[in-house]
Amino acid sequence: MTKTAEHILPPVLERSNLLGWMRRNLFGSWTDALLTLIGVWIVYWAASGLLRWALYTAEWKVIVVNARLLMIGQYPIEQVGRLWIWLGFLIFLLGNSLAIWGRGSRIAPALLALPAAMAFIFPFGADPRKWLIAMTVIGLIGWGLGRVKPEALKRSVIAGWVISLPIIILLTYGLSKSEASIVPIVRTNLWGGLLLTFLLTVVGILFSFPIGVLLALGRRSELPAVRWFSVGYIELVRGVPLITILFMAQLMLPLFLPEGWTVDRVVRAMVGITLFSAAYLAENVRGGLQAIPKGQFEAAAALGLSGAQTMIFIILPQALRLVIPILVGQFIALYKDTSLVAIVGLLDLVGIARTVLAQPEFLGLQREVYVFISLIFWTLSYGMSYVSQRLEERLGVGIR
Amino acid sequence: MQYEQKRETAIPFWRDERILRVLGQVVFVALVVFVATLIYQNMKAGLARQGISLSYAFLKNLSGFDIAETAFPYSRNSAYWQAFLIGLLNTLLVSVVGIIFSTILGVILGVARLSTNFIINRLASFYLEIIRNLSLLVFLIFWYLGVFLKLPRVKEATPWLGDIILTNRGVGIPWGIPTASFPTFRLILFLGLLFALVVFFVLREYGKRTGRAPLTLVWSFLAFLLVALIGWFVLPERPIVADLAFVKGLNLSGGKILSPEFMALTSGLVLYTAAFIGEVVRAGIQSVSKGQIEASRALGLNSFQTLRLVVFPQALRVIIPPLTSQYLNLVKNSSLAIAVGYPDVFYVSNTIQNQTGRAVEMISLVMFTYLVLSLATSALMNWYNQRIKLAER
Repeated sequence: MTKTAEHILPPVLERSNLLGWMRRNLFGSWTDALLTLIGVWIVYWAASGLLRWALYTAEWKVIVVNARLLMIGQYPIEQVGRLWIWLGFLIFLLGNSLAIWGRGSRIAPALLALPAAMAFIFPFGADPRKWLIAMTVIGLIGWGLGRVKPEALKRSVIAGWVISLPIIILLTYGLSKSEASIVPIVRTNLWGGLLLTFLLTVVGILFSFPIGVLLALGRRSELPAVRWFSVGYIELVRGVPLITILFMAQLMLPLFLPEGWTVDRVVRAMVGITLFSAAYLAENVRGGLQAIPKGQFEAAAALGLSGAQTMIFIILPQALRLVIPILVGQFIALYKDTSLVAIVGLLDLVGIARTVLAQPEFLGLQREVYVFISLIFWTLSYGMSYVSQRLEERLGVGIR
Repeated sequence: MQYEQKRETAIPFWRDERILRVLGQVVFVALVVFVATLIYQNMKAGLARQGISLSYAFLKNLSGFDIAETAFPYSRNSAYWQAFLIGLLNTLLVSVVGIIFSTILGVILGVARLSTNFIINRLASFYLEIIRNLSLLVFLIFWYLGVFLKLPRVKEATPWLGDIILTNRGVGIPWGIPTASFPTFRLILFLGLLFALVVFFVLREYGKRTGRAPLTLVWSFLAFLLVALIGWFVLPERPIVADLAFVKGLNLSGGKILSPEFMALTSGLVLYTAAFIGEVVRAGIQSVSKGQIEASRALGLNSFQTLRLVVFPQALRVIIPPLTSQYLNLVKNSSLAIAVGYPDVFYVSNTIQNQTGRAVEMISLVMFTYLVLSLATSALMNWYNQRIKLAER
């Protein structure tokens, strides 16, 4: 009794029209239908309320007038060009990278055209407008160069990203004390707004990463003294809120240093953020280290590599690649957490909002200001997580 | 001869791993001790310059400041340690309320994310994407300045959803006032609890003996409810009378008044943490393989039984560890109360430290408190995790 082809019924054809889709996904049963109606009502209620507020009630003038304050704080206006220069450098590198590693991605030119588009849509002054358009031009040049010579540029682009941080810090802070020089020093108490948030994030990432890796290695060390120290540090920091560490950095760090040494408030906040973030990074890196099979250590030992060589050339590259998504998640968390420096009195994006709202003509516009700030936080962290997802796919993390 | 050869090839001590290990640790410990002493010496010298010595004796001094929300009678004539205790109780209150509500909302979100209903599914993931990329601090400040302080003034307030009064001075909700018969009622409630426990153990024994799975918790709860209801109606006088909040002059009166600070902090924390708990719950439910569900349907369990007896116990094992860290985050994040002016332990300590100038003492005390809270929470969750863990062979 073998079945012939005729006995096997053909698969049921699914009718895929709109009505069928709606019946399946929205009105499967009466509870489903009820849920759908509730959902539609929520969407309508939220969207209409939000739109009505954003278009009619909200007074966005507070943002337009204070745009510069929100972006760079009290940074002297005649020195703003320096910030545009490093931003241009970053955008140039971004254009290069998109062309080299984006593999003909279509969104790249659109992304690079964004600054120019913003210059035309929003009511900027003449100067920022020119700079924004310049940003797009620089980005597109970088993109074009990357398209033409992807292989030749690869190394210099990576080098560019590596040296971008010192460049950013040097250009923002300045080189010499005399007023006459091209890049006079701008004291950190004048840094503010998104600029300060950005710098805190970058410095935090840069310094907490090596400390975190060292702590993770320390926690897996065979030397009890090193291991217990690492465990103690990690668990202590992870057990307390960031705000206590920031307060400790602000109030106790000056006490810890010898007499006469002073650390300015921004650096203190940077130290606090770095020490906090390192403990969390250590745990993430440890996860990666634990995922490396024992055979890798044994093979490295069989090849005659020393302990340090095994770690640096065999284990860490694999372990770090495994945890890239988690590390990016941690960096995003760090970026969002930098807002806490507002509580210790720094004028970052959140701190400067208080200054903006204290102006007599903008009293009571809290919603507008905080919605705008949330929008900035949301856009950047969503962008970072999107890029990390793409990076994950490209590197084939988790796929062997 | 042989002996001498061995000596020649023996490892010199500077390459002997056993010695190097000890040496490395000694150097490391010496370095740590050196840095620690240096910091301690600097700190002592710095404090001496300011004329302060390290001591916690100041906690007995009079505080001289008021706290808006107090769990026990407190005035400016109370001591600093009492102020600290009030802050601690407020932190605990916010943490417990926050954990309860964010768990409920998180489970709803997690299940909604798995819904086959297109709109519900999209709505839940949209909410998640929005919340996860926001800064909690900005979120909390927004709820405080942008929502709860923008509610209508007391004079213009109108009751909402029955008897809730929303004003910029706080949210008034109905509350109960105990009457003369309340002590008796409390005794009856205690008896009900005992009865519920008896029901619980009997049913559990029955389940073990017969292999059936009675709804132990539901029946226990019903037993408790039954006793409570009998008590409520048998007593000559109602043990609790409802007390509605109402507007009295320029203030709210009666009922329970929840301050804007408390409302902003808890609602912000709940809405934020729930998004993360939703992801945890979704991942947990998805971790149960489809074969399990199909197998239990094939055994003849209905969909409720499948959920209760097959999916849920397995999902819970995956959910508990990340859920623990979300709870810990909530407890730690409650320290952001300082941004909205709710007197939690951190805010109160900050005030004390501002008044007395004793930064080292107060910060170490606060850190120690949070460490203990964190350790207690994770100990509790670990204990629960042990209980529900798969009994492995």
